[in-house]
Amino acid sequence: MSEPVSALQGAIFEGLVKVEEAGPCGMITLRGDLASTQVKTAATGVAGVDFPGQGEANCAGDKGLCWMSPDEILVLCPYDQAGAGVAAIDKLLAGTHYLATNVSDARARFVVSGLDAREVLAKLTPADMSPAGFAPGRFRRTRLAQVPAAFWMRDEHMFEVICFRSVAQYVFDILTAAATPGSEVGFF
Amino acid sequence: MLILHCPYCGVDADETELSPGGEAHLKRAGPGTPDDAFERYLFHRENPKGVHFERWRHASGCGKWFHAARCTVTMEVFGTYPAQVTEPPQEICDRITGKRPGWSWGAFS
Amino acid sequence: MSTRLASGGRLLDRSKAVDFTFNGKRMRGFAGDTLASALLANGQTLVGRSFKYHRPRGIVASGAEEPNALVNLGQGPRHEPNQRATTTELFDGLRATSQNHWPSLEFDVGVINNYASRFLPAGFYYKTFMAPRPAWKHVFEPFIRQSAGLGKAPKDRDADIYEHFYAHVDVLVIGGGIAGLAAARQAGAAGARVLLIEQTAHWGGRAPVDGAEIDGMPAAEWVNDTVEALEAEENIRLRRRCMGAGIYDHGYVMAYERLGDHDPQEGLPRHRLWKIRAKQVVTATGAIERPLSFAGNDLPGVMLAGAIRDYVVNWGVSPGDRTVVVTNNDDAYRTALALKQAGLEVPAIIDARPAPASPLIQAARDLGIKVETGRAVAKVKGRARVEGVAVSAQAGEGAALQDITCDAVAMSGGWSPVVHLWSHCGGKLVWDEENAHFRPDVARPPIGADGAGFVRAAGIANGAMGTRDVLADADAQGRAAALACGHKRRKKTAPSAAAEEAAPLEPVWLMPQGAGAALRAKMWLDFQNDVKVSDVQLAAREGFESVEHTKRYTTLGMATDQGKLSNINGLAVLSQSLNEEIPQVGTTTFRPPYTPISMGAIAGEARGAIFQPLRRTPMHDWHAENGAYWEPVGHWRRPYCYQRPGESVEEAVQREVRNTRENLGLLDASTLGKILVKGADAGKFLDMMHTNMMSTLKPGRCRYGLMCTENGFLTDDGVVARIDDETFLCHTTTGGADRIHAHMEEWLQTEWWDWKVWTANLTEQYAQVAVVGPKAREVLDLMGGMDLSAGALPFMGWADGQIGDFKVRVYRISFSGELSFEIAVDAHRGRAFWDALLEAGAGFGVMPYGTEALHIMRAEKGFIMIGDETDGTVIPQDLGLDWAISKKKTDYLGKRAQERTHMTDPDRWKLVGLETLDGSVLPDGAYATAPDSNANGQRNVQGRVTSTYHSPTLNRGIAMGLVKHGPDRMGEVLEFPRTDGGKAAVKAKIVSPVFYDPDGEKQNV
Repeated sequence: MSEPVSALQGAIFEGLVKVEEAGPCGMITLRGDLASTQVKTAATGVAGVDFPGQGEANCAGDKGLCWMSPDEILVLCPYDQAGAGVAAIDKLLAGTHYLATNVSDARARFVVSGLDAREVLAKLTPADMSPAGFAPGRFRRTRLAQVPAAFWMRDEHMFEVICFRSVAQYVFDILTAAATPGSEVGFF
Repeated sequence: MLILHCPYCGVDADETELSPGGEAHLKRAGPGTPDDAFERYLFHRENPKGVHFERWRHASGCGKWFHAARCTVTMEVFGTYPAQVTEPPQEICDRITGKRPGWSWGAFS
Repeated sequence: MSTRLASGGRLLDRSKAVDFTFNGKRMRGFAGDTLASALLANGQTLVGRSFKYHRPRGIVASGAEEPNALVNLGQGPRHEPNQRATTTELFDGLRATSQNHWPSLEFDVGVINNYASRFLPAGFYYKTFMAPRPAWKHVFEPFIRQSAGLGKAPKDRDADIYEHFYAHVDVLVIGGGIAGLAAARQAGAAGARVLLIEQTAHWGGRAPVDGAEIDGMPAAEWVNDTVEALEAEENIRLRRRCMGAGIYDHGYVMAYERLGDHDPQEGLPRHRLWKIRAKQVVTATGAIERPLSFAGNDLPGVMLAGAIRDYVVNWGVSPGDRTVVVTNNDDAYRTALALKQAGLEVPAIIDARPAPASPLIQAARDLGIKVETGRAVAKVKGRARVEGVAVSAQAGEGAALQDITCDAVAMSGGWSPVVHLWSHCGGKLVWDEENAHFRPDVARPPIGADGAGFVRAAGIANGAMGTRDVLADADAQGRAAALACGHKRRKKTAPSAAAEEAAPLEPVWLMPQGAGAALRAKMWLDFQNDVKVSDVQLAAREGFESVEHTKRYTTLGMATDQGKLSNINGLAVLSQSLNEEIPQVGTTTFRPPYTPISMGAIAGEARGAIFQPLRRTPMHDWHAENGAYWEPVGHWRRPYCYQRPGESVEEAVQREVRNTRENLGLLDASTLGKILVKGADAGKFLDMMHTNMMSTLKPGRCRYGLMCTENGFLTDDGVVARIDDETFLCHTTTGGADRIHAHMEEWLQTEWWDWKVWTANLTEQYAQVAVVGPKAREVLDLMGGMDLSAGALPFMGWADGQIGDFKVRVYRISFSGELSFEIAVDAHRGRAFWDALLEAGAGFGVMPYGTEALHIMRAEKGFIMIGDETDGTVIPQDLGLDWAISKKKTDYLGKRAQERTHMTDPDRWKLVGLETLDGSVLPDGAYATAPDSNANGQRNVQGRVTSTYHSPTLNRGIAMGLVKHGPDRMGEVLEFPRTDGGKAAVKAKIVSPVFYDPDGEKQNV
């Protein structure tokens, strides 16, 4: 079996902040009635974290749950566990109305870290990136410049950003452009 | 540059995160319907100066379609609501009546 | 002549000399200078030529309103035209050149227009260039283009970088004068998140120059203290060199921050465009002084009184040794006092008011300045600059009472609030009789999302005159803005200033009041565009009663300064000519941006490699390294073909087709859309989405499907695979993936929300490779892992399995007519799979092929292509695809529309193949002509070419097209006039669209 190769093979840029492609990561799209205990159990069973509320992300280590929409949850897990995760969900939800599928290869993931991480993202997204507008625990689907993306915070100075795999280079390039050394805004 | 509140994910979305979807509450006319009903469905659109009901999709966001009631003159937003309805909720209609007494739009008033 | 004073200049650092050049001449200024103040300090009063008459022009103003001092800045990739010298901060090495003259600033040939000015009145171009018609294109326009334009357009690629920044605040305060500071201070105290922006490099605006006292201290001191206090607040942010450019709906504000203009740095953003969402906006944008309309008011040396004061106080610059002040209000007296205090002469203050009295006027008299009341400047004397003024009675026609020798004139016609930002988003104005200006109508503000006003003007921008009223108003507006956002934490004591007693202003729109035609033809309203009082009066006489029409007829206010100086004066003249009140005439529309902003700032990061997203498949790098000639497909880049050294694009395409037909081709098909559709109602749903019946498809099988929109037209096609009872995978075209996924979600969410169906867009989860050609099975068998024999995996079947090291899903579908396997692997393993196929295929003559070979092979087979055979007006029936339209279904999207009479018209053009008689390739898009002409005299047509190629397989041109009654006319020859202008029409025979292997023997093995 060949090794999985992420879109940018772990590209790194250090400027105003550090931008790092995070390498393969397991992701499962689970669609269903998020109010249903069964669906919640299926998701938390794979991720091992509490089920998030609207607009939230619960992440711990390489596992987590991100609230995508009222009927969609994104399950994060180690890359090689995604297949088993889907199987586990399928087993639990068999016979009910749901969809679970492995999307680990459909996306790219970046870690943006540093004191100015908020500002770097605020150069690219119309979302409110101030501490009052966005904080650890929140999850935001939005756009970064011209492509859809989503992000959440590991801590006050570290963001995880996901986008589609095909635009990984574009997102890396706009993040690094926004992180041009000396271009800090000093706003937040 | 509008901001519309997405009733599904709770985000106050920037217009650049949304995609417009034209007039709300169209009634589909399928096979077997008379020509005038189909013409109404496919071609006739409201073009009001004032109260208007529209469809929007939170495209760079949760991906959900929703409805917005707004004033095309002042851009005042009377409210947004989920797409799974065939007419505007009473609460929205009441709010519009409070601000634009005597309004009417299509079959609604 | 202007010069630098020996001392003074509150903004200057005289210990730091700064060298720059103007028209190649070396000059020296100080840190803190603007280019304008430095030019004046170097005695450069002539800075440019006017647009139309090429009249000599000097600096008029000291800020953003400057109409004349426009220069070219920088060189090569950093060259930028039309930059205002008054807002350009001086830096070491700055290079400026003047504009709109030839051969030189001092000696300009175009000035001949000046002497012909009586033949070039408003509307001259409209009247003169009407006839004869061809003359416009060949004579007039080239000539006008030659002489038009101010600065030179940059030729090189911009070397600088730019960026955007999104900020969300409660209260945005625009303008960092004392009003803005006071508003920000109070809004911040209430607990609001506040952003305060100021377009210049300095806080405090005019107050320090005007000598105001606030809270018992000089304004400059109060400004410093306040800025320091605001900077210490956690919830307040301050930005200098950041201009509020435009206000839009729902609190959206564009601000333009100039980061590098005053201090260019390689590799750092030059400008930053702020995209601000503010709950409340306070526009503390100040006021702009109005010129007075007297003859010769455009001569270099005639300046705004406030500007002269700025140059003296801020930059220690003398505008001239002897300055005559002419005014209709008290404020200009401050200029006289400032000049006097700097040791300069003020021979007289010419005050148009009959008998004004106030402490300021008394102060001027006390200093020994002669105050002439009820007087006017009849005209300014001098040719290239001010040499004196002729004084007359304001009430008269201009008979000179006395001449005064002077080398500068300071004029003031009163102050107009800067209402631009208030007006951008629909704020209305009222006419203020007392101060003769328009100010914001607080009862009709710009409306926000909640139906309430979201913009408040503050200070003089709101019509509050005098330091005391300005501070009180701004303080209240700041507080009110915070309250409107729900913040009321604390309230600070408002800053205070003493009341000022002033004599009332008297509106003066013509000076003198009864000036005759000769004088009026020398009174400039719009300095940059050369619009005079006489032009506006002519427009009124010729029936241009609307101010918007007059603007366009005369070009008043259409220059780069957008009428900041000319607007009010112009419409006052118009209203007088029309015998109407000024408010009835109204203003022209204020549109953003407030002053021009750079194109680079608008583009932001979107340039070069990241101008737009470029989507890459997992195999992208291999393509790039192996001669890919790219074709954009949506945002994807797909190889059109792979060029080998010495090979043309055409040769590469032909080679790829031949090799795929004879040996083995590989196509990167990863870009095709793949949408998972799952649920108890998935079959029912896909029956609605497609024209075919999908619910009857058996698991393990594939079916080609067509999708239409509700208007009946074809929108997409692709192969649907049934995964299990509840699950389908729908392939779409490359460009259709996101669109079709959204289309499906739209119907599920908005029409059939009770149906049990989920979708997921898996397009990017898989890399997909089409392994195509007679040797396709052999290479896959060599790699091993699964049985791909015809018995195990028949045509139009799919199977999960293992090939070599790879977990795969194999679809036996063919878009080329060859034996073909489309194989999906996880995207992260796509490149490795591609490499493995190339390695295993080496012995079978493997060659990747691009999109053009794909197109040719499908055309040889008569397969349609969405976007070639379809153009949004074509229904499946037109394309002979009736076999893919279910007769059993009562409904599908588009079915009702396809029942419309026009759709069932037997005369619709239908798909056929076209074969040229001489074997050549038909021109793409060519039309087949029919006898005679239509009612418009156009040749009748009976068909058109939709796809056309040279087929290497058949070694001749093949084409597909839509032809009237086409399928019933097999063998008929049509004529297609060439599209490249060639004379002879191409003759082509109507044939079947399937040119190759009509029985499918090659793919079904």
